[in-house]
Amino acid sequence: MAITREEVRRVAALARLRLEPAEEERLTADLDHILEAFARLSSVDTRTVEPTAHVEDFGAYLRDDVATNPPAGDEPLANAPATRGRLFRVPRIIE
Amino acid sequence: MTTAGIEPVIGLEVHAELLTRSKIFCACSATFGGEPNTNVCPVCLGMPGLLPVLNRRVVEFAIRLGLATHCAIAANSRFARKNYFYPDLPKGYQISMYELPLCTGGHLEVLVDGQSRRIGLTRIHMEEDTGKNIHEPNADTSLVDFNRSGVPLLEIVSEPDMRNVAEAGAYLRTLRSILQYLEICDGNMEEGSFRCDANVSVRPAGTTALGTKVEVKNMNSFRSVEKAITYEIERQAAALGRGESLRQETRLWDAEREETRPMRSKEFAHDYRYFPEPDLLPLVVDRTWVDEVRATLPELPAPRRERFVRDYQLSTYDADVLTQRKDIADYFEAAIAAGAAPKEMANWVTTELLRIVHDEKLDRALVIRDWPVTPTQLARLATLVQSGTINRNTAKALVPRLRGTTRDPQELVAAEGLGQVSDRGALEAAVADVVARHPAQVAEFRSGKERVLGFLVGQVMKATGGKANPQVVQELLRTALVA
Amino acid sequence: MSALHELSVVEAAARVRRREISAVELTRAALARIAAVEPQVGAFLTLAEVEAIAAAEAIDRRVAAGQDPGLLGGVPVGVKDIICTAGLRTTAGSRILETFVPSYDATVTARLRAAGAVIVGKLNCDEFAMGSSTENSALAVTRNPWDGKRVPGGSSGGSGAAVAARECHAALGTDTGGSIRLPAAFCGVVGLKPTYGRISRRGVIAYASSLDQVGPLARNVADVALVLEAIAGHDPGDSTASPRDVPAYRTALEGSIRGLRVGLPREYFVEGMQPEVEAAVRGAVDELERLGARVESVSLPHTEYAIATYYLIATAEASSNLARYDGIRYGLRAPGRLALGDMYETTRAAGFGAEVKRRIMLGTYALSAGYYDAYYLKAQQIRTLIRMDFQKVLEQCDALVTPVAPTTAFRLGEKTADPLTMYLSDIFTISVNLAGLPALALPCGFDTAGLPIGLQVIGRPFDEATVLRLGHAYERATTWHTRGAPL
Repeated sequence: MAITREEVRRVAALARLRLEPAEEERLTADLDHILEAFARLSSVDTRTVEPTAHVEDFGAYLRDDVATNPPAGDEPLANAPATRGRLFRVPRIIE
Repeated sequence: MTTAGIEPVIGLEVHAELLTRSKIFCACSATFGGEPNTNVCPVCLGMPGLLPVLNRRVVEFAIRLGLATHCAIAANSRFARKNYFYPDLPKGYQISMYELPLCTGGHLEVLVDGQSRRIGLTRIHMEEDTGKNIHEPNADTSLVDFNRSGVPLLEIVSEPDMRNVAEAGAYLRTLRSILQYLEICDGNMEEGSFRCDANVSVRPAGTTALGTKVEVKNMNSFRSVEKAITYEIERQAAALGRGESLRQETRLWDAEREETRPMRSKEFAHDYRYFPEPDLLPLVVDRTWVDEVRATLPELPAPRRERFVRDYQLSTYDADVLTQRKDIADYFEAAIAAGAAPKEMANWVTTELLRIVHDEKLDRALVIRDWPVTPTQLARLATLVQSGTINRNTAKALVPRLRGTTRDPQELVAAEGLGQVSDRGALEAAVADVVARHPAQVAEFRSGKERVLGFLVGQVMKATGGKANPQVVQELLRTALVA
Repeated sequence: MSALHELSVVEAAARVRRREISAVELTRAALARIAAVEPQVGAFLTLAEVEAIAAAEAIDRRVAAGQDPGLLGGVPVGVKDIICTAGLRTTAGSRILETFVPSYDATVTARLRAAGAVIVGKLNCDEFAMGSSTENSALAVTRNPWDGKRVPGGSSGGSGAAVAARECHAALGTDTGGSIRLPAAFCGVVGLKPTYGRISRRGVIAYASSLDQVGPLARNVADVALVLEAIAGHDPGDSTASPRDVPAYRTALEGSIRGLRVGLPREYFVEGMQPEVEAAVRGAVDELERLGARVESVSLPHTEYAIATYYLIATAEASSNLARYDGIRYGLRAPGRLALGDMYETTRAAGFGAEVKRRIMLGTYALSAGYYDAYYLKAQQIRTLIRMDFQKVLEQCDALVTPVAPTTAFRLGEKTADPLTMYLSDIFTISVNLAGLPALALPCGFDTAGLPIGLQVIGRPFDEATVLRLGHAYERATTWHTRGAPL
């Protein structure tokens, strides 16, 4: 098996996805199937190969330190599901 | 509580908010405050489709700190995503640095009980700050403000080189001092621009293996850091003493109960799934840029302290106090340039001047500009006292009168006849008068109570409108009392 | 004179400029066409009739005042719903953004407007651009204008279908693993995925950041070149956008292709391809040779690893890019008084479709502790090998020619049972994204069912000009692109 149901549960928790048992089962089968197919990658010798993080041929773009954004009006909150005044409202955060 | 036989191992992780004009990845102002969610834009709110663009000055500040702490500045470094879910983290990941930080392998020289100790720095890297969660009491909701989201931070990670609380405190003060000298962070723990997490473990003295590491968070002042680390060392030592094993965990400092406690939330084992940030290209910092930044570095606290000891013959302690802040050290040297004697001036600055600075919280500013008196004025006062022209009390009383003016104290002394009276003849009468009026105290002194002399000197000072030379008064009194 | 909606972009813009037709006329014609055929095609998620007419009127005023209406002045265009449009709903084909209205334009949207284009609406796509058929859209079904029982391709299926159905003269799509080229091929239109970094991604809802690129779809190569010129170029809002100058692509089209060296990668002519597809592509290659190109066989040895490499990298980046959809600042939030953890989990479970969940899971797994080296890192290393394969052959060749897909448009529902089968549709397009190269898809024939077949031309980094020139030369010698869908 390339991936177990336990691992699927762990990954779903990391990704904050609530899965129904049937979904969990199907995903385990799907991911297992996909990862088995991808297993052939391990046969490629990459010992001296640099990973590609970026394909670009140019260097980092740096911006000048100027604060040109105006104070925001209603836009930040316009799509918010729940607010109180100008604050976003969420279920209680427990530390 | 004895922790004999136990060696604490302490590492500190500091997050410093930078004093740039704009945020690290967008052009919102970095000085936030005001109405919630007004100092935001689609980038720092994590709106769909928006991308980070790196602020050059953040890199410059990071290079400055790296050079000031003897780090190696990487020619190639890279941003990475730290993935986790939290309401104040708008993108669901924080753009930070992981495998390839900008600065590595530096150190700080810290003074503990007059001895210099070297504490290693593992790394310094750049990252973005999160928004702020606001917890309402008795509510089942929390509120989130993103004004702070995207403010630039430097994360400064020390090696676990500290072995006691004093070293930890000294390290933090030294680091804050350096940040202020470089004018990249105002180092204010109470306001959150300088934050500290501690990693604490203990082991039997003389061993080298590291014990279980506990991370301690939520310390909001230098005192809290010291108390929390002290508490944690004792807790761990006591547990080991009872034969208990310790859990690797994150604990929060509870300032009210004065204890650390484990976090209540179900803490997912932190799998941050770091990977290189694809929206930002690798950062190249060449020699030229590093040299340009190096040329802008001021003389740093430790070398300046050593120079003060050497050139001004000050004690290490005094030199340390004077060089904690660059503006104070600059003030001191300006006063020397105006003619004050170093030892005198050291005394005046560390007592009189700093008292006012602390009382009026002038040191809240990154650089103090609003001095109670100018260096030249203070230099003049010190010189007047040293030459005996006025006594110390008169000088102290003159400070508030000089404030906000450019008046020469000497001219004021002359104008109001504030000169010190040192002539013995002039003072004898006052002395005799005081002796006559206070037979009880005279008797006490004669019976051995040295301390009452101070009272009698005070009475003479009062009688002379504060102008008497206290040393002369003391001599005359002793003579009179013996008789 | 052909109906207004049949005009090419180049011709329409020219006529507006010459004041032969008005922008409002063009826009009304497009809107009428949309009303007529949308029930069969379903390309649009949101129509912007009022805004479009207002924009068209503004163009007409400019023209009347003697001002330059812009490269695309007056031309009705559609925009894939993964690209933000200020004040106009942008859903990414997902329930989680079903009511989201951005307050900002993507850079490409702003450039379209600045060029005078008239945005008539937002086009359907696979949810978060994840898919090859547009069947993963949570909000609508788009049908192939050539056969309503078949898929238009994906993920920019709405873009391909709308252009093929003549509902708009051009459309913007995005391409991460083939999502412009596949719909272009399946719908018989021209689509370009530019070099990574040629066009700004600012305001484009991210799927896989190191692979996503915006590109134009239109009915011929010259139109695509014109739109490309209008939207390409540096953007200080996107650190990955190239600072290179934008050539006048529309003028780069002319010129002979005699002597151009064209490579045919042998790994792209495999068993299992639909025979008519192979025949059409080989026929196109023969045509190119007749036009003077020198064709040779080349090898891209790591092709067999491309699908796995792509799906590990793209899903890893996607799992991170989609973490912001948490119900807090915008988008769907699960109803009811839930604890924070429950709110996150149920919101995302309700808002994301099955394919998106599958990819988030795969990507999260590939990055997770203990698996990063074996999956994500390994994939990035093989990506380097794939890039090097292309670099090597593009030293001896000016361009490569391949099929776009192994088959013509398949039926709706045909490949939805097994995700891997769907992933294999991307087999010829995917490596190009891994290498960041420009690639054009254009019609090169039809199968016996009358379904379009696409030819892919791959070029060197930032050499869109050669790719477009090759495509244009081929187009001038053939008439495939003139055949319209029977709507």
